[in-house]
Amino acid sequence: MKSKKNEVSLDRVDLEILKALQENSQQTYIKIGRRLKLAHSTVYDRVKKMENAKIINGYTALVDLEKAGVRNILAIVTIYTDPKETGRVAEKLAQRPEVLEAYTSFSDELLIVTKVVAQSQEDLHEFIANSVAPMDGVLRIRTSIVTKKLKETPLSITNCTVQLHL
Amino acid sequence: MTVENSSRILRTVPREKAFYFFTSLGNYTGLSAISLKEFADKINEVNVKSLEFHLGRGDLEKWTAEVLEDQWLAGEIKRIQRSGLMGEALRNQLSLTVSRRVKRLMNPGSFRF
Repeated sequence: MKSKKNEVSLDRVDLEILKALQENSQQTYIKIGRRLKLAHSTVYDRVKKMENAKIINGYTALVDLEKAGVRNILAIVTIYTDPKETGRVAEKLAQRPEVLEAYTSFSDELLIVTKVVAQSQEDLHEFIANSVAPMDGVLRIRTSIVTKKLKETPLSITNCTVQLHL
Repeated sequence: MTVENSSRILRTVPREKAFYFFTSLGNYTGLSAISLKEFADKINEVNVKSLEFHLGRGDLEKWTAEVLEDQWLAGEIKRIQRSGLMGEALRNQLSLTVSRRVKRLMNPGSFRF
């Protein structure tokens, strides 16, 4: 990993370490080192550098909420806004705990795409009616309630094309 | 009905207390009303599905009763809901009821109880 001023660039070894951690973050540095033919201290050093550079921002558990007995509904909520207000509205939405993901996007017009969680359909509607619709700049809202999740893959080193600056 | 009561019902409410017209759960039309007069106008403009959606949920009645504090109008809206009207017939009845109420409130001297 090279760092220049505020820029950090990763090499192939860093990417392989990231791939390994994204597959299983509970792996030991010894195990990762063996796989990549590196000393575990090298793996440790590189991981620490990437943590300090905020390339690695944490480690978590992937929980199947349904099996855990947690009832909730998910919805994809698309917000059409006045173009001048898109950024501000998106930032406000991103602060809400009900909003799991938020993106500004462009199709025929500027819009905000969010993934929202709620305990029930009525709670979802209350959130949208009381907290989203009244925001300045919101023109209209389209909501699709998720009926079935067929696939969910986090963005990872494996499914992205990474350009290395060597 | 006093002039004071009429003015209170006809007042403009803050944005967070406005009535927001949806066509179904989470689908906002972009139309809203911050006063009874504006509400009367928007009834004629909004997709009739929105009126059916809100009437069925009791939203129209709730807003007029709790935000505008017009219990009489809330009662009339409840009556319309019970009538089972749908589509343009529903719009016409709501429009007539609300616009007549606005006219009466704007001329409080003409009230008789």
